[in-house]
Amino acid sequence: MAMPSSLLWAVDNFGRVYTLSTVGQYWELCKDPQLKFKRVSAAKQCCWGIACDDEVYTYVFSGDVPIRNQEETYENQRWNPVGGFCEKLLPSDRWQWSDVSGLKHQQLDEFTLPSPHWEWESDWYVDENFEGEPTEKGGWTYALDFPSTYTTDKKWNSYVRRRRWIRYRRYKSRDVWAKIIPDCYDVLQNCFNDISVGGWEITDEPLGHLSVWAVSLRGKVCYRENVCHHNPEGSTWSFITTPSEVVQISCGPCDLLWATLLEGQAIVREGIDRNNPQGISWSIVESPSFGNGIMHVSVGVDVVWCVTEDRKVWFRRGVNSHNPCGTSWIEMVGEMMMVTVGLNNQVWGIGRNDRAIYFREGVTPSELTGKTWKEIVSGRESDKSQTGSSTSLVSAGCFFTDDIQNQTNAVIQGDTDTSSDTELPSVPMNLANTPPMGAAASSSGNGTGNQTAEIHASFAVDPLDSDQGETTVASTSNEKANLEMHKSSTNPNPSAELHWTNVDLKEAQKHPVLSTSTFAETPILSSLGMFSEGAEEQDGADEHPQWAWVSGGGCLVHLHSPLKWFTVPSGLSSFMQSLSITPAQTAAWRKQIFQQLCGRIKRELENFEHYEQAIEQSVWVKTGTLQWWRNWKPYKWMDVRVTLEQFTGSDGMRDSILFIYYMHQEEKKYIHIFLNEVTVVVEVLDEGKHSFALYTPERTEQRWPIRLAASTEQEMHDWLSLLNMSCCESRRIQGPPSHHAIWSVTCKGDIFVSEPSPELEARPHLMPCDQMFWRQVGGHLQLIECNNRGVVWGIGDDHTAWVYTGGYGGGFIQGLGSSADNIYTQSDVKCLYIYENQRWNPVTGYSSRGLPTDRYMWSDASGRQECTKNNTKLPSPQWSWVSDWYIDFNTPGGTDEEGWQYAADFPASYHGYKSMKDFVRRRRWARKCKIVTTGPWLEVPPVTLWDISIIPSSDADDEEAVALWAISDKGDVLCRLGVTQQNPSGTSWLHVGADQPFISISIGAFYQVWGIARDGSAFYRGSVSSKKPAGDSWYHIPSPRKRKLKQVSVGRMSVFVLDINGNLWYREGITPDYPQGSTWDYVSNNICKISVGPLDQVWVIADKVQGRHSLSRGTVCHRTGVQPMRPKGLTWDYGIGGGWEHITVRGNAA
Amino acid sequence: MTDDKDVLRDVWFGRIPTCFTLYQDEITEREAEPYYLLLPRISYLTLVTDKVKKHFQKVMRQEEVSEIWFEYEGTPLKWHYPIGLLFDLHASNTALPWSITVHFKNFPEKDLLHCHSKDVIEAHFMACIKEADALKHKSQVINEMQKKDHKQLWMGLQNDKFEQFWAINRKLMEYPPEDSGFRYIPFRIYQATTERPFIQKLFRPIASGGQLHTLGDLLKDVCPSAITSEDGEQKTQVVIHGIEPMLETPIQWLSEHMSYPDNFLHISIIPRPTD
Repeated sequence: MAMPSSLLWAVDNFGRVYTLSTVGQYWELCKDPQLKFKRVSAAKQCCWGIACDDEVYTYVFSGDVPIRNQEETYENQRWNPVGGFCEKLLPSDRWQWSDVSGLKHQQLDEFTLPSPHWEWESDWYVDENFEGEPTEKGGWTYALDFPSTYTTDKKWNSYVRRRRWIRYRRYKSRDVWAKIIPDCYDVLQNCFNDISVGGWEITDEPLGHLSVWAVSLRGKVCYRENVCHHNPEGSTWSFITTPSEVVQISCGPCDLLWATLLEGQAIVREGIDRNNPQGISWSIVESPSFGNGIMHVSVGVDVVWCVTEDRKVWFRRGVNSHNPCGTSWIEMVGEMMMVTVGLNNQVWGIGRNDRAIYFREGVTPSELTGKTWKEIVSGRESDKSQTGSSTSLVSAGCFFTDDIQNQTNAVIQGDTDTSSDTELPSVPMNLANTPPMGAAASSSGNGTGNQTAEIHASFAVDPLDSDQGETTVASTSNEKANLEMHKSSTNPNPSAELHWTNVDLKEAQKHPVLSTSTFAETPILSSLGMFSEGAEEQDGADEHPQWAWVSGGGCLVHLHSPLKWFTVPSGLSSFMQSLSITPAQTAAWRKQIFQQLCGRIKRELENFEHYEQAIEQSVWVKTGTLQWWRNWKPYKWMDVRVTLEQFTGSDGMRDSILFIYYMHQEEKKYIHIFLNEVTVVVEVLDEGKHSFALYTPERTEQRWPIRLAASTEQEMHDWLSLLNMSCCESRRIQGPPSHHAIWSVTCKGDIFVSEPSPELEARPHLMPCDQMFWRQVGGHLQLIECNNRGVVWGIGDDHTAWVYTGGYGGGFIQGLGSSADNIYTQSDVKCLYIYENQRWNPVTGYSSRGLPTDRYMWSDASGRQECTKNNTKLPSPQWSWVSDWYIDFNTPGGTDEEGWQYAADFPASYHGYKSMKDFVRRRRWARKCKIVTTGPWLEVPPVTLWDISIIPSSDADDEEAVALWAISDKGDVLCRLGVTQQNPSGTSWLHVGADQPFISISIGAFYQVWGIARDGSAFYRGSVSSKKPAGDSWYHIPSPRKRKLKQVSVGRMSVFVLDINGNLWYREGITPDYPQGSTWDYVSNNICKISVGPLDQVWVIADKVQGRHSLSRGTVCHRTGVQPMRPKGLTWDYGIGGGWEHITVRGNAA
Repeated sequence: MTDDKDVLRDVWFGRIPTCFTLYQDEITEREAEPYYLLLPRISYLTLVTDKVKKHFQKVMRQEEVSEIWFEYEGTPLKWHYPIGLLFDLHASNTALPWSITVHFKNFPEKDLLHCHSKDVIEAHFMACIKEADALKHKSQVINEMQKKDHKQLWMGLQNDKFEQFWAINRKLMEYPPEDSGFRYIPFRIYQATTERPFIQKLFRPIASGGQLHTLGDLLKDVCPSAITSEDGEQKTQVVIHGIEPMLETPIQWLSEHMSYPDNFLHISIIPRPTD
């Protein structure tokens, strides 16, 4: 399974473009090797560059989802008594072909492709769908007159009609360098010197926006208009005036933009925001170094690095979006030709003398300047023939401006210097601070001594190696003496300490021996000699690449990302030496150990089980102080003493009882729970307390769990982990969930899994679903889907797609309750929203002074709860803020320029423009927060998803592809190819064309695919099969009683849909010959989510369920009485809840 | 798929069926019945033989009772070696139950350490753990632990509480994600055929080229005689916890999963039985 990766882009001194993956070890040559480049600037989804012809190119990665734009135009007709509806319109009418408003004349043949990089998907066709309903009348809609409200019904007074024609165009130049077609033919206007892309995270701008800035050969700054995901080339260049001639420019992912002037100063763009991506004005920042102007600048999210003409590197202190100029410069160690700041503020540079690429190690949010420069020594896989000669070094200069060419000479100068001196004075700290072998030995901060000397010294030590071995043995054979000392002194530490400091001293001497006496060091030594005259002598395989440019704008490196860039890939010979090259999981050695351990147990225990155990088993107890939500009025938290007693039965199994001791009317009392009766231990969404709940079947029925709270998160997790493990142990559940498991997700994003017993769906002795036992699996998701072959996918709050790895545990479940493998870091991001409310008054206009009866001026969506920027807390202590509060312009209903929505009064429906009748307005503020946890999940980049469905497969063929359909968060319908039981993440997405965005998808048995479009209409996809995974066409199915639908779920023969009001509908009349069915039949209300399984079993998340003690919202319910002749079932059986948000029973085919 | 966690359990719950008999020359009041017990492989003889001691003391005259010691086929058994190691080293490939002779006289001062109380065992056990962590983490992990964590490790071993022990020991088995393993592997290699007690050297789990070192690499480095022989025929067995892992097994994995509770890999090199 692939780990999410991103790319570092670089240009070598021949103008060839290479990329290095964060999970790779080799530089890979970019396609299109004919084209030579001098500059590149990368973003995550594309890269822009300036080729040696000084023209601009863009390289858009191929994705599984096409870049497609819809063109539309309307055909208008008027009725006349002679010919009926015809093209003859009245003189006052609109054109026969127009846009939706009728104001713009647009004929079909007037639509042309914007550039050679586009192609038409098909010819023009009529849109048959009108407001979620099929028209079946050639797409015509009728009205009394233009402009008016149109209906699908032709009436006696319908005098006009119109229909919509649509056609899609698709961007085709992906995975190649596409030349940006010049605006005009003035050659110099279109010749560029530098380019920088960024701006994709300008606060709350439309998703997919990209700011592209360029510097022309004449030193003018240009901004590319309208570059976004759907228009990757943008439209035109507009010129931005600058105080003087600009040399180089750098645009960060957010709102930072710096450029350098010919005079050596930097200019900073002010006023960049959503409405002004080009910014408003420039400020000037002086060079940090007197007499040495700023030569190069690079900006990140909120950092600025620069290189001055003397090649010194500087970091700008105090930069943020309120103060883009920062406060002062700090000089950094090392000398660089250039630096580049990437995502996450990581930094790379090209060394002044060796022209190698260095990565700044240790850059963290708290230490933005990082620790050391570390050379990237990755080799180039594709390119072995190049020889690094000094002529090529000079030729590198031709890609730079005059300014830099001067410096190339300086480099050669430096070479001569270094050849006479082994210590490389010009990059002193690089090498001394970061021993290039550091990757193997990881010796950060390990002394700054003379590198060369150290190497020599280690050679000298080498012969002593064997001696040292002897010493070790000698010291350990003193063990006996040591033990004697333990005996005499009750405290064993003094002698023990002596013992191990001994070890440490040896380490200090031995370290260089170990690291230099091995194969991988050789290239490093030769790189030290790189600039000596004998450069050609070095091994051809270890040739040292020389770089001209690097861009980290698309490269995401986290603090603990395991990068393989810093060790030279081993040659074949050393590779063969290692015997453990097979993947660990399947390796023979592992199998052998499992088998032999089994054999050993058999051999040593089988005939001797009647022997007495040497150590008697005893009761083990954990106690602690927690708070308990007491079960009498007035309800409140009270301090209690809690004890978990664990027994071991004669069969070796453990059982546990949890006691809660409390005081009631000055009397000591307790309640107790047998853990083998507990059905779930679940964290409760509570911003103030670290609290969790325990349910038993009885308490589920009451809707009144035992609620406990700990004083710290750690303490709560200790208890949760222990209780979870004890519950699993008493039910003899261990290891990963089975393929039949039922998965669910709570409103907190916690994931629970339950093993279905055969009685769950088998009549006549149906097991009540409140008896199901749920155990937690690490991770954070908002939706989860599975099938009966163990393929499980999930979607996070940030719509990232995740695939289940087959592990268990993670999160707080550590140690023994967690698998050692298949647990990975998982993160999720969500937005919290608050509303700013205002009322209009005649004196001041809109203000935050409301009527006494009004809602809070800062509130939640309902207005009932006061929510201010300051009092809004993170959902739980596991979350942290990752942004400040910002205005949300994507609020449903639309907003004006400042984010306001207007209405006549609170509470009402809001619209995004102001009218005379509006007296109140509100706007939504958002703030992002992030959770980082662990679980058995791996990201499936790069498409973010809205919905997923996986086919329940009937045959037991492991190799067969599993059909998986999904909806991207933009509404594209997708079909995943290459999904098998062995490779559940699949290989690529196949885009399934649709005329409108979708919100729900479901694939049932026999490849029945149903979907719901965003307008609430239902569709059936025809002719889907294993041979034809995407099917052929959509059939529009009229909704039940014109209701807007929101979810569909398809089982074996049953199709259920859910409308936006929570009503559940069953599709009647589905037969193998007529899979679209005939009519909708009402089943139930009060439903939030539905999951229909491969047995046609029906499970839902119900909205409200009243228990004996309390009411729960978000409850798992099971439809009882479902039979082949009665697919709608009879009634609901209530299970675990509330707080549950999603369930999938699509694995349970047993 | 079997999980690596199961290896930890199997290692922990390894038991050797043992028959204790009193040495014939010991003077008894009446005949001593043999005593049968399942000994935990990962524990120490003097820690788990209270029952044995009581059993034989009953038939002995009080004045004859002094410090207990054990012997197998003439070899005094070192209590400070884990039981599994003693068995693998001296009694592999013999018929079960393991037959141990119990002595109360003539303590072999030359061969054995005294063990007057469980404190001595605890001190030895903790010293081993600390030495192992010095090798693995420059002592950082063990020094960051609290006194009660140290106690929990010992109590876990003493009371055979797997979860209790591993709740703490887990931390000793971790390493920074940027490294691919421990700094050095704590191991000791014992040979039945030599006088030298054991071999212990500094050995890294990862080669400088990034490849994982294997058990074979370790033996090649520190004990080449164990895996090579003149005629190509394998004359020795490499035994850990009663099994022979393949030489291709990564040493880091072995250290994490098949170390004894003292955090050392105790490897026995014994002659291969001739059929």
